[in-house]
Amino acid sequence: MDIDFILEISSLYLEAGKFTLKLAFIGIILSLLIGIFCSLVNYYKVKFLKKIVNWYIELSRNTPLLIQLFFLYYGLPKVGIKLGAFTCAVIGLAFLGGSYMAEAFRGGLEAVSKAQIEAGLSLGLTKAQVTRYIIFPQALAVSIPSIGANAIFIIKETSIVSAISLKDLMFVTKDIIGIYYKTNEALLMLVVAYLIILLPLSLLLTYVERRLRYAGFGN
Amino acid sequence: MQDLGIRVLIEGNNLYRLMGGLLVTVKIALISVIISIIFGIPFGIVMTSKNKLLRLVCRAYLEAVRIIPVMVWLFIFYFGVPKLTGIHLAGDVVSVIVFSIWGTAEMGDLVRGAVTSLPKHQKESGKAIGLTNVQIYRYIIIPQSVRRLLPATINLVTRMIKTTSLVVLIGVVEVLKVGQQVIESFVLQSPSASFWVYGFIFFLYFIICYPISIFSKKLELRWKE
Repeated sequence: MDIDFILEISSLYLEAGKFTLKLAFIGIILSLLIGIFCSLVNYYKVKFLKKIVNWYIELSRNTPLLIQLFFLYYGLPKVGIKLGAFTCAVIGLAFLGGSYMAEAFRGGLEAVSKAQIEAGLSLGLTKAQVTRYIIFPQALAVSIPSIGANAIFIIKETSIVSAISLKDLMFVTKDIIGIYYKTNEALLMLVVAYLIILLPLSLLLTYVERRLRYAGFGN
Repeated sequence: MQDLGIRVLIEGNNLYRLMGGLLVTVKIALISVIISIIFGIPFGIVMTSKNKLLRLVCRAYLEAVRIIPVMVWLFIFYFGVPKLTGIHLAGDVVSVIVFSIWGTAEMGDLVRGAVTSLPKHQKESGKAIGLTNVQIYRYIIIPQSVRRLLPATINLVTRMIKTTSLVVLIGVVEVLKVGQQVIESFVLQSPSASFWVYGFIFFLYFIICYPISIFSKKLELRWKE
């Protein structure tokens, strides 16, 4: 193990780690928005949209991200749709994550009891108000553990964007192995980098999960 | 020409080659799933044991496998292990090893979930009528757990098939790689080949995984009662 070398390459990993986080962050936010939208469409059984949403969910859950990325990045330009690698990665992550988030959120929505909604309606709230002030906050709280798990899943999924030549942690590692042939050092740094990103999140999630179980929302 | 692009799929033996590539992925996935089930069930049962140390070791294994992306594990076994030990393994062997390690952890967690979700009195009644530990598992725990376990296990198969698409990145010649070869050899005749080939591969994965996940959902619904 070459300590000097590790120090030398650590700045590269810092840069790549930041990139991975940035990509994951945008991916998670977009997935959340798509997920909330899809689950609300399903919850209120919006006629035409419901079909599209369900097809989207099946399509995204039953295909691997790598193939989605290849199609977006190498396939689409041939029919005139040219997207940058970063845009492709973001679209891919959002496309994949959206259906997972929708699933997480669906569980939350189903946990809101009917009495809550009826109580809101009998107070004279409109349907939109009931959604905004009664259903949404409770559903969100219930689904936070699965949303967190999905967020970690999305961060882990970013590890394949090097396939469309984005300079993330995997890309840097492959580069260093290729150029310097310092395999052990590069792999060690790779694992350390992912642990620094994922370990605190996973511990936080365990903590939040335990706290939420106390909340219990009137049950 | 644009409208001729789709013909690249049926040109020569391209379709046959692509299917052969797909078979490589599916084979890796199935072998890994079988190994995962064989090791995952005892692993899951061990995870429910009362021994704290044993549980801690299992927990550490599970978390270590889960927290590091599969892609990183593939890199560690493909690049790191040969350097450390001098043993060179082919990409597909590495894939089977990594996916079995990953699958065993996931399967173990499913088994643990299924076993601990059984009410406690089931085990206690077994003890009360004088069954041995082996008999309790054989006649009480396992038959009931299987019902809870099977849908999730089938789901694991689709996850495995989807995740094995990564093996192309450690040099295994599977459907994506074959697709690239087809595109390269037809780059002059049909410039839009990559749209159709990658689109077709996308569709192939869907065709395989969709029925399996529908089946698992149906099973889950039917056994809920």
